[in-house]
Amino acid sequence: MTGPATLGTAARRGAETKTTMRSTYGRGRAKLQKGLVYGAAFLTFAVLLFLIGYILISGIPHLKSSLFALQYTSENVSMLPAMITTVEMTVLALLLAVPFGLFTAVYLNEYAARGSRLVRVIRITTETLSGIPSIVFGLFGMLFFVTRLHWGYSLLAGAMTLAIMILPLIMRTAEEALMAVPDSFREASFGLGAGRLRTVFRIVLPSAMPGILSGVILGIGRIVGETAALIFTAGTMAQIPGLLQSGRTLAIHMYVLSGEGLHMNEAYATAVVLLVVVLLMNTLSALVAKKLTKK
Amino acid sequence: MKNFWEKLMHGVFFVCALASIFAVVMICIFLFANGIPAIREIGVLDFLTGTKWKPGNDIYGILPMIVGSIYITAGAILIGVPVGLLTAVFMAFYCPQRAYRLLKPCTELLAGIPSIVYGFFGMIVIVPAVREAAALFGADISGSSILSASILLGVMILPTVIGVAESALRAVPQNYYEGAVAMGATHERAVFSVMLPAAKSGVLASIVLGVGRAIGETMAVVMVAGNQPRLTGNVLKGIRTLTANIVQEMGYATGLHREALIATGCVLFVFILLINLTFSVLKRRKDA
Repeated sequence: MTGPATLGTAARRGAETKTTMRSTYGRGRAKLQKGLVYGAAFLTFAVLLFLIGYILISGIPHLKSSLFALQYTSENVSMLPAMITTVEMTVLALLLAVPFGLFTAVYLNEYAARGSRLVRVIRITTETLSGIPSIVFGLFGMLFFVTRLHWGYSLLAGAMTLAIMILPLIMRTAEEALMAVPDSFREASFGLGAGRLRTVFRIVLPSAMPGILSGVILGIGRIVGETAALIFTAGTMAQIPGLLQSGRTLAIHMYVLSGEGLHMNEAYATAVVLLVVVLLMNTLSALVAKKLTKK
Repeated sequence: MKNFWEKLMHGVFFVCALASIFAVVMICIFLFANGIPAIREIGVLDFLTGTKWKPGNDIYGILPMIVGSIYITAGAILIGVPVGLLTAVFMAFYCPQRAYRLLKPCTELLAGIPSIVYGFFGMIVIVPAVREAAALFGADISGSSILSASILLGVMILPTVIGVAESALRAVPQNYYEGAVAMGATHERAVFSVMLPAAKSGVLASIVLGVGRAIGETMAVVMVAGNQPRLTGNVLKGIRTLTANIVQEMGYATGLHREALIATGCVLFVFILLINLTFSVLKRRKDA
């Protein structure tokens, strides 16, 4: 990555002396292109900063202690039940998605013959899954878990839907982490007489742990921010739900509030909490991933 | 005993690996089994090309929503792709390494912000801004419009476009660049006339993926697009997308109305499958 940048300065210095090039390829055009590149990059990061800044600055003053009451009433519009629901939902969805995602990655990377037809089919379906919009997952969850399995709007139906949704993310990051483990580790383990299973659990998985974890943390971020897949699976009840009861996560809470238009201040406050959680998750994931590369 | 565990876990890993296939098959079966009967009852042509959506009178034509999705997606591409591509060029060829270490996570953060937060931001910043800008020209509109939705979605597809395009640009062999510079090209010329064309299919793939993101986006669009099911080419007027149609009415729909909404989901799903197919074809061409 340093390559093009340093070469670039050298080239630009060279261009000052090369008049032939300048005549065919106008200096004005090069300047324009350079300006556009810097302008676009500036715009991108300015929008990000503005968005985060705007939400934080206009939202933080609305964070009141009454928003963290244990019981939701139409008076205090507490978001604490929604926060607890979000935690429940996240734990449940991860419990379902992580084993499947991780084991799929193990199968693809450690067991399956490379390039076999089954592996190809699995890759294609995973790619398909990761491209499906969350509203389609929501529709499926409603048709299958809520209606066909008669779970009703429930925590479990929501968590199952989300688990399918984040499966490709968990799988892909886990697979990349497994691929990064050098083959010499496996060979050494086999050479000492360990079986395949033992090699996977004692050697490969521990060394791939940071990569796997960073994927899981990104998954948490997606679960926390998800709305469309949950409206028709987990419902919108403002309560702390049991497994087969309806409950609203923070993101749904925010959607309901901003849709009603009656509690905009509380919606601002919820946006702040959501944004902070996502910021934390992203930073955490990057830190964990960095630990991997340091090793 | 050891052999038993080896075999058992091999089986477990294998079964887990089948989960994603199982999930895709189930999603297809349940969507189409619930959607196709409704399309048949309404009539394929009436459903796909009908210009009126009036559930109260049992009239279900989703052409306005199909057109709405296409308009808003096109607007998002028009706004997001130039900025995204140029930013990708910046990240790959202009960004100093120290700044890169800070900016790369920022593009990932852009992807991590929940769509509900984007939608809320659009509702309290972009919609009023569009309303006031239009008022300067004497137009009296609510601000929830194709334009507002396009701007918001243009921002939302940025991380997708930047990520895929940047890795495509980085995959171009370094000696292309060196060759261009050795022949006397400036940095700009080497980047725009050699590197960018060489990464063409990856760049196209990034746009296709952006289209997929834009067409499937739901919550953010619902909050800024106005959601009127009508055919209009006026970018300052509200419009409804396929995704918004589902979210808006599924909560209270029953009978044929509900099935028509699921059928809307099927149409969206087919769009997405086509886009995914295009994406993987483009990606494979890049690998070759």
